[in-house]
Amino acid sequence: MSDEVNIEVNGVPMKARKGQMVIQVTDANDVYVPRFCYHEKLPIAANCRMCLVEVEKAPKPMPACATPVAEGMKVFTKSPKAIAAQRAVMEFLLINHPLDCPICDQGGECELQDLAMGFGRDISRYSERKRVVKDKNLGPLVSTDMTRCIHCTRCVRFTQDVQGFQELGTVGRGEMTEIGTFIEKSVDHELSANIIDLCPVGALNNKPYRYRARAWEMTQHPLISPHDAVGTNIYAHVLRGRVMRIVPRANEDVNETWIADRDRFSYQGIYSDDRLLKPSIRENGVLQETDWETALQKVAEKLGRIAKQHGGGQIGAIASPNSTLEELHLLARVTRGLGSANLDHRLRRSDFRDDASDPLFPSLGVAIKDLETANSVLIVGSNIRKEVPLLAHRIRKAALKGGKVSFINAQRYDYLFPVAGYLASNGIGSLDHLVAVAAAAVNASGKPAPASIASLVGQAQPNDTHKAIAQQLSEGERRLILLGAIAQRDPAFADLRLVASALAEVTGATLGYLPEGGNAVGAHIVGFLPGRTVGGQAVSAPGLNVADMLAAKLKAYIVFGAIEPKLDIASDAASAAFEGAEFVVALSPYSTAAQFADVVLPIGTFAETAGTYVNLEGRWQSVPGAASPVGEARPGWKVLRVLGNLLNLPGFEYTAADQVTAEIRKIVDEAGAFTAKAATRTLQAKTAGATVVRDVPIYQVDAMVRRSAALQNTREGRETVRGQNA
Amino acid sequence: MSGTQDPGSNDGGKSAPELDEIDTGNVAHDAPHGYKGVLSEHARHEIDHWLTKFPPDRKRSAVIAALRAVQHDIGGYLTKESMDAVAEYIGLPPIQVYEVATFYSMFETKPVGRHSISVCTNISCMLCGGEDMLSHVEKRLGIKVGESTPDGRFFLKREEECLAACNNAPMMMVDHVYYENLTPEKIDEILDRHK
Repeated sequence: MSDEVNIEVNGVPMKARKGQMVIQVTDANDVYVPRFCYHEKLPIAANCRMCLVEVEKAPKPMPACATPVAEGMKVFTKSPKAIAAQRAVMEFLLINHPLDCPICDQGGECELQDLAMGFGRDISRYSERKRVVKDKNLGPLVSTDMTRCIHCTRCVRFTQDVQGFQELGTVGRGEMTEIGTFIEKSVDHELSANIIDLCPVGALNNKPYRYRARAWEMTQHPLISPHDAVGTNIYAHVLRGRVMRIVPRANEDVNETWIADRDRFSYQGIYSDDRLLKPSIRENGVLQETDWETALQKVAEKLGRIAKQHGGGQIGAIASPNSTLEELHLLARVTRGLGSANLDHRLRRSDFRDDASDPLFPSLGVAIKDLETANSVLIVGSNIRKEVPLLAHRIRKAALKGGKVSFINAQRYDYLFPVAGYLASNGIGSLDHLVAVAAAAVNASGKPAPASIASLVGQAQPNDTHKAIAQQLSEGERRLILLGAIAQRDPAFADLRLVASALAEVTGATLGYLPEGGNAVGAHIVGFLPGRTVGGQAVSAPGLNVADMLAAKLKAYIVFGAIEPKLDIASDAASAAFEGAEFVVALSPYSTAAQFADVVLPIGTFAETAGTYVNLEGRWQSVPGAASPVGEARPGWKVLRVLGNLLNLPGFEYTAADQVTAEIRKIVDEAGAFTAKAATRTLQAKTAGATVVRDVPIYQVDAMVRRSAALQNTREGRETVRGQNA
Repeated sequence: MSGTQDPGSNDGGKSAPELDEIDTGNVAHDAPHGYKGVLSEHARHEIDHWLTKFPPDRKRSAVIAALRAVQHDIGGYLTKESMDAVAEYIGLPPIQVYEVATFYSMFETKPVGRHSISVCTNISCMLCGGEDMLSHVEKRLGIKVGESTPDGRFFLKREEECLAACNNAPMMMVDHVYYENLTPEKIDEILDRHK
């Protein structure tokens, strides 16, 4: 039987699938039906009644969002009966809606305002008093003007169905109905601020942005959020060169229509009080502001001299994994030009033993949107909701569809979806759990264990949970083992990965990574690593990784991006290394760089520079800069280009960022296919004891997020600060 | 709305996840078994009874019955603690319990007297002297409709609508039990019985 249904809308024949609602068909065919409560990403409520349309043979107008299509159905969206129904609903909705559009932040981008233009009367027939509803305090991210609420319940359905834990509800009844939390409570989920965009009126708005600008005076610029490796698409709304707010840019393949709160409010960090405004040079122990030319001359002269006197190997370059592809490539070229292969961006790593068997880049292993249809996922070492909120959302969808999601973590984290198995440390290390799962898989498969783990597997005693997880990983089409950030920070990461690869080999599941930093994948591609160059090509003489170059106390360091050693670098040798070095140059947006650098060069944040980010699927996304750099800050790639020129390095004649991108593309394409070397180690002894938890709280991941007052004021942010002070 | 199917409407549509499988995070971790101090053995027994009447993935349906049992059990009105306890016991986010408690007029979410009195003054009762009965209650208790006695014994609730006992008008309801064919003497006797 065919699933296809033929219907007619306004006399035009249209094809639909069985079970679709009328509004889905009209939307797909560009026939506009007004609506408030319907949203394609949310379950259907049919409570605003704005989408009433006429259906032939139906006695009354029908809501298009909740009327399933039927063969031969004739729908009229603009007939006198439909228009009359829509106008009547509009009139009801406006009875209690305040006329405060001139002072409402939603003004100019308001669905109610737009539809009132199309369907409203120019004068109200109601002389009764309008109802007034007390505003709720939902926390530091979302402002409320509840009198404006039209009870579409989009926000309620978002908290229930997308977040997975209902925080908002419809309280009371009839005219007393209010949307709220009933008790004084903030909305705390890491995606909660999406209710700002969902709200069709001005009831829920962006709190930090309140009264800052009007929608029509800002310009819209596409950007990529740099805080996690998802490559979330966002728009910056800019007024007179300044980012006023961040909103989602819909991309079904990446972030759908959502963004995490971290992506939305981190922009406050661009305008933090401690932005560097001018270059400065340390003279007799004191930093003094200077001009760009003097500062860059000084850097070129110092680095050149150290390279000449002590050899390039005495220079180390450390970059933030949130930097753009272009910045990372140019910095790698400058550093290599000085004769050094000491390059690293893996700041929170501590185990570098099997770098050689790294893939070209740490990839998720599947397309992000395919996570939704995963049959089985084993997540190792990840507080996934906080690390990559938007992937947690996709995995949640998979779990609700029946996919089996299991965790191996050093501690328990909340997940808000059905979990098939959770192996928390309980005194046993994550590695031991993983070995037990691998052993169970080997036993079930009947094949000999891979050589790398053969001796460990023999000793393991898998329990029922281990066996169940091994079983799930062998069933279904799409099976994944994901190594999260906590796993990658693990002091035994190489072992974890070795066992995970063996498990993947035995079960046929795909091994994927949740890399840390917005452009860790890009950093791998341009070879911002001690052992590789662009496209994964091996270098003849590998340099030092981040831990070794700090421990080695080199003569000079180049520190690129908003790196704050104590918070961003796992190795505790950083401060001593910088202090002992002859010369440290920091290219950073923030003045904290002055604490350890001899020359400080102010560079732009992600919103102030053109650049490319490669996400964990390997998706290249290039965006132009959105905002004017603060003070005398300059885009990082331009600073590095000039530095290249001053050092008389060849091939630094770029005039635009996309020339750098094209160059990287060309080298990557020419390098051809990359095959990772299989690890040749074999694991012998069991590791002792529980894994050390190296979790980084969601609003501490990078310097910019740490400077967002709104995020720091959330429950999560305040608890982190309290934890640190304790 | 007749003739319209509203799939996925608020009451446990097909999109609702299976709540019993979901670790609701905040509740379970913040307050392990916090309900024990709030819900009496009797109330828990009552809730268990109602839970058996619904499928495991439709536990939400038992909220009304659970709240009714708890309200009677703990003295006439629902506290935040008692609603949270019900949510935890059934395994729902607390807001879903608040929604039900604030929607139905039979639930009190503000402190009131422990015995709730509703005197019907709708048309049939009005014709048979319901308003006189109401003023008798008011005079005897010394409070107006909507108020509670200072000793916390009685709450004279604003009557909502006809309670469908017109054949034996006038009538009133005390703690959700019907008393019909009222006379002032009968009212005195009924109120004396509620300590």
